[in-house]
Amino acid sequence: MMFLRGNAACPGCPIPKELDALLEVTGKKTVLVVPASCTSVILGDTQGGQPSTVPVIHSAFAAAPAIASGVAASLRMRGEEDATVVVWAGDGGTGDIGFASLSGAAERNENILYVCYDNEAYMNTGIQRSGLTPYGAWTTTTPSGKKEFKKPLPLIVAEHRVPYVATASIAYLNDYQSKVRKAKSIKGFRYIHLLSPCPPGWRFDAGLTVEIAKLAVETGVWPLYEIENGEFRLTSISKVLVDKSKRKPVEAYLRYQGRFSKMTPEEVKALQDYVDKMWEEIREMTKK
Amino acid sequence: MSLLEYQYFPVTRPGKGAGGKTGLWRVYRPVVNYQKCVGCRACFMFCPENTILLWQDKVRVDYDYCKGCGVCANVCPVKAIEMVSEQ
Repeated sequence: MMFLRGNAACPGCPIPKELDALLEVTGKKTVLVVPASCTSVILGDTQGGQPSTVPVIHSAFAAAPAIASGVAASLRMRGEEDATVVVWAGDGGTGDIGFASLSGAAERNENILYVCYDNEAYMNTGIQRSGLTPYGAWTTTTPSGKKEFKKPLPLIVAEHRVPYVATASIAYLNDYQSKVRKAKSIKGFRYIHLLSPCPPGWRFDAGLTVEIAKLAVETGVWPLYEIENGEFRLTSISKVLVDKSKRKPVEAYLRYQGRFSKMTPEEVKALQDYVDKMWEEIREMTKK
Repeated sequence: MSLLEYQYFPVTRPGKGAGGKTGLWRVYRPVVNYQKCVGCRACFMFCPENTILLWQDKVRVDYDYCKGCGVCANVCPVKAIEMVSEQ
């Protein structure tokens, strides 16, 4: 156990499990840099003791990759080459507010592992829309559903020509851990984008966290892939999903979530078309 | 007088229960049926809180910190975990 129980996460929140799985691979010699997010609350010390067993730096929203770059440089000067510096940021801190410093760290190819746990809105402050909120989703700032599509952040980071970019899901823990293991063995900027279902924000029952994460992959809304030195490769169950008949319709994923309850059949069709188009692009990328 | 004696260092150390006894949040309690349990440890793998503990080839629940989310009952392939109301 690298992440201790009794923390302040909501019931059904997968963040403690994700951090536990990450730290299990990276080991004791890890430094976590956490910008403002739900994880800041979870890692907070309220009753005399923090749940993380490794050192944590709480940082400002837009500063986390810059701080991690500094920590990595300082560890290199001390000769601690086997230590891993991990930035653990939410989707707002990665795709919206922290994007400039993320892009800068990726361009400098700093020796850090950036993990974005994507719960698809600003959940910590009360479910506001972010750039990574999907099409049609209810948030407090998009009461009739978001009209724009989700930002393709893993592909944007991959365009920086970094050594390793991957997507992962909490329902496929072995796949996630093998990606972290591969990322740990690589020098340079590594990026893992992790879909993290949020029961209060996505409006589903707390017990369905793993099922929702699994359906996101099985319907093709969330493809699992890795891009290693520009080479695109689908992993785990997503390998078979290039064939459209193998994918479940997106309704199977939307049905369990209250945030999609106001979507009209036309909007569901638009989302299905978007997913099919994304998979056509993925088919083109796998051919290269 | 050394520096440590008069200066307060806000240092935290790892400890269980950073959010208090989170078992008090629970509405439904997971109860393992040992007749049905096959010891596959899917609940141990997916419990978000790490409150499922390995015990004699099977599992038991740390009720001090279990928040009662019900993930274990849903991932169990033989439905050996039942969610019972706390009342």
